[in-house]
Amino acid sequence: MRMAELYALNEKIVLGSLHFSADDIVRYARQFDPQPFHIDAEAARDSLFGGLCASGWHTCAGWMKTFVAFWSAEYARLKREGRTPPELGPSSGFRDLRWFRPVFTGDTITYSVTLLDAREHRSRTDRNLCTILCEGINQHGEPVIRFESTVLEFV
Amino acid sequence: MLSFKDFPVGRRFDFPPRTVTAEEIVTFAREFDPQPMHVDEAAGRASILGGLAASGWHTSAMMMRMLCDSYINQTAAEGSPGVSAMQWKRPVLAGDTLSGHCTVTEARLSRSRPEIGIVRFVANVVNQHGETVALCDYANMIRTEAPEAAAHAHG
Repeated sequence: MRMAELYALNEKIVLGSLHFSADDIVRYARQFDPQPFHIDAEAARDSLFGGLCASGWHTCAGWMKTFVAFWSAEYARLKREGRTPPELGPSSGFRDLRWFRPVFTGDTITYSVTLLDAREHRSRTDRNLCTILCEGINQHGEPVIRFESTVLEFV
Repeated sequence: MLSFKDFPVGRRFDFPPRTVTAEEIVTFAREFDPQPMHVDEAAGRASILGGLAASGWHTSAMMMRMLCDSYINQTAAEGSPGVSAMQWKRPVLAGDTLSGHCTVTEARLSRSRPEIGIVRFVANVVNQHGETVALCDYANMIRTEAPEAAAHAHG
């Protein structure tokens, strides 16, 4: 079966939540994004953000983490039900990514995905291109991130 | 410390080379993107990526580190509002050596915050064959005046 048969277009699917501890934030940032406001709580107070906050790329990686967990469970569920799950391939990237608000120490981000479009690949008849909207909101319901991505579906 | 005036259109910053190990790829993927082609050599070879391949979010994170090392850590930078487009053009495989550069494409003052400039860049991450693996159109917020050295001494 295909993604578009499984999920209605424009319907938001909640993937799961991820808690960002100070340790998580600093561990990621020391390796990949060692700016003062991501690794040093005191320095972060002097920044525009006003407090220790996660690298925006960490917030992105959190979306992927919850998506993979969600999709593994969906895949297993469909198999159990005797249905053929869609086979997803790699993504070629994303566009229109906005970091609306910082993800601060102790925040819990709830991620979602919305299927926006599914169409046949221009040159490969065995592939579909799915456009998805990826979003995250914090525990106050405020948006922190959004981006659109294109995912390959083998048909 | 570099401030907004140091980022005229056309200024280029080169990335220090970095070799990507299988261990790094697997460690990142186990935490954030545990799909078979990112955590298992044989599964990677069997996939359309052609080998143990870094998650696109890992490639993005490594690009971020290159931005930090090439200019952000010497800049009065205040984060990023977002990314217009990220293209993962080729897989990043275990053993690849990444380098590249970023170039300023636009620089303007923030309308709402006169002490902040918005600088847009294109980053081009290449592998050891000179092939682009990631192309990213993004923006940074940069202070028009670097703060007193003391304020950032611990950053």
